[in-house]
Amino acid sequence: MAAKFNMSPLKNPMPAQDPEVRNGNFQEVALGYTAETAIDEAKRCISCKNRPCVAACPVNIQIPEFIAKVAEGDFEAAYQIITKDSSLPAVCGRVCPQETQCEGKCTRGIKAGCEAVGIGRLERFVADWHNANIVDEPVPAPTNGYKVAIVGSGPAGLTCAGDLAKLGYEVTVFEALHVAGGVLVYGIPEFRLPKAIVQKEVDNLKALGVKIETNMVIGRVITIEELKNEYGFEAVFIGSGAGLPKFMNIPGESLKGVYSANEFLTRSNLMKAYQTDSHTPIQRGKCVAVVGGGNVAMDAARTAKRLGAEVHIVYRRGEEELPARREEIEHAKEEGIIFDLLTNPTRILATETENPRDPAYGWVAGIECIRMELGEPDESGRRSPKEIVGSEFVIPVDCVIMSLGTSPNPLLKDTTPDLQTLRRGEIAVDETGKTSIEGVYCGGDAATGAATVIKAMGAGKISAKAIHEYIQNKK
Amino acid sequence: MYSIISKKSLNPTVTQMEIYAPFVAKKALAGQFVILRVAEDGERIPLTVAGYDREKGTVKIIFQIVGGTTELLNQKNVGDTIPDFVGPLGRPTHTAGLKKVCVVGGGVGCAIALPVAQALKEQGAEVTSVIGFRSKDLVILEEEFKAVSTVFHMMTDDGSYGRQGNVCVPLNEMLEAGEQFDAVITIGPLIMMKFVCAATKPYGVKTVASMNPIMIDGTGMCGGCRLTVGGKMKFACVDGPEFDGHEIDFDEAISRSRAYADFENREREKTCNLFKKEVQ
Repeated sequence: MAAKFNMSPLKNPMPAQDPEVRNGNFQEVALGYTAETAIDEAKRCISCKNRPCVAACPVNIQIPEFIAKVAEGDFEAAYQIITKDSSLPAVCGRVCPQETQCEGKCTRGIKAGCEAVGIGRLERFVADWHNANIVDEPVPAPTNGYKVAIVGSGPAGLTCAGDLAKLGYEVTVFEALHVAGGVLVYGIPEFRLPKAIVQKEVDNLKALGVKIETNMVIGRVITIEELKNEYGFEAVFIGSGAGLPKFMNIPGESLKGVYSANEFLTRSNLMKAYQTDSHTPIQRGKCVAVVGGGNVAMDAARTAKRLGAEVHIVYRRGEEELPARREEIEHAKEEGIIFDLLTNPTRILATETENPRDPAYGWVAGIECIRMELGEPDESGRRSPKEIVGSEFVIPVDCVIMSLGTSPNPLLKDTTPDLQTLRRGEIAVDETGKTSIEGVYCGGDAATGAATVIKAMGAGKISAKAIHEYIQNKK
Repeated sequence: MYSIISKKSLNPTVTQMEIYAPFVAKKALAGQFVILRVAEDGERIPLTVAGYDREKGTVKIIFQIVGGTTELLNQKNVGDTIPDFVGPLGRPTHTAGLKKVCVVGGGVGCAIALPVAQALKEQGAEVTSVIGFRSKDLVILEEEFKAVSTVFHMMTDDGSYGRQGNVCVPLNEMLEAGEQFDAVITIGPLIMMKFVCAATKPYGVKTVASMNPIMIDGTGMCGGCRLTVGGKMKFACVDGPEFDGHEIDFDEAISRSRAYADFENREREKTCNLFKKEVQ
């Protein structure tokens, strides 16, 4: 008889495309577990009593239960357990920072030299297995006659929409762009999250009865007040996402060849500029500097690499401080991305011609940087970087991508005078996502500033519950 | 899908269309813009609203055929549809309190200057219009401008119609003669707006320029449309599209506007060639 638990200290490795092959294509990097590997990995979970993984999950997926079903080979049962708490399992299995959430707390990973159970990899396996093998569409719940509007079709909005639809609400999602999915389609690249997977999750919501209206910039075309007063929505959830990209305020940021990561990724992902026959142009640089160290920076760097460039990540702190998921950093390194750490840009240099009519005028020719060292930890415990005087040097690049986060979009605030915002412009909410306007809730990056997909989903989930209570109490 | 309700060629390179888009028509105001796509795999392009009919639910656009997308749009006819038409975006023209205004339009920019002039006329302001074109065969909207203007100047670069010279000639004459305007509003090629702003600056006349930089999403997300205004970075899509003309760094805007000029030309040729093949 096979052993009940698999006591191997290490995770089953994730099969992946060879780095030297994948850095030249846009197909998905990680290939996913086979059924055998998934069962073997699932048996590494010892169903410990404390279940620290569940508490560490922003949407509290019943992780030991679903893993137990995987170990039994009952993958559909595992899927049903996951979807009680998560509307987007195929997405989360791919993009969640598991190492700081569920897997970061896993009992199997506590001892030195031991790795956590591959919870994210198992979640992905279960969702992919379901999508490949189960053709039944979800069945819409009987309608309760109440209408709820969702602003934005990213992870927060889709989660909130799914939860409310399952409770019988008539949900309409308003999306500003021409396609639903928010950051999942404009931001995260195909090689990390295939767009067909996002489309499948959106289709599942439609099957639940959720209506999706694209090309609707709420605030401009219909205001929040009008949604409530003229269009008969009992409640509104704002999941409009992060806002305007930040720049460094250094000389040269308006040169041609300088992109925000959002612009570069939107051109490549949403507008498909990575395909050679695309109608949207993108600069295919020979040498690209990506400034920043988060997940978005890794996505931009790996995209630029696939478009044929030598790519440098320029980050002012050290390796330990890189905020990106570990796996993204490892993948980037394997693919040949150069990490210039403890390095900060001071200015972007222009091509030399001074004749504005010369086509070469006004393009990026290099990025001047200064070396940094880490000082003493500040109050937050983070060691703040300091410049090393006189250490300036130039990296000769023809494209610079600024990946420094975002500041809140002023559009909804400008068109909704009663909507209170925080000092920096994030929409003010309580712990359930309730805003200063009755019946209006908000969650995800619009409320918190730039964060993660799963945190946005968690917020969408909490607000769905609060909206349900609000409408039921109003009756 | 959004239907094309009417189509009219204003000159060999400029076309006017009315698009059925009732949500946009209900809210659009002078100075705002829309973003459209012509094909399912097409790029998103911004076009400033040239008019609207709230009852019919239509929005008027006027575009110059410059790249692949505008070429493709121009090949569409009444009854055809386009997949995406989103708006109104950006902040409307600030006309409140203006009593005497000079509207300066150039080329296809006149299409956007006209609704501004009309809005001003409707609120009882006295409108002086100066519109300029390269030559007679490119003139558009002359009668419409005359209908709303107390004073009207038509200029062509080559003198083939109206007076010869650029729009700054009559503007300078009026300013020198001591004419007082509450504001000058200018819409047209960047280089023209740069010179209009330079002309008004010594007189301290408030001057507003409508910018139309390269955009993608149009909602503030990408920053591709950034401009330097008064030394600060601004996004045309959410902070504009209109800005204080005396504060805009036009040289930078001109340089940025040419970022994809080669690509645009290639795309347009490709589209034209495809169309020629279909016709053959």
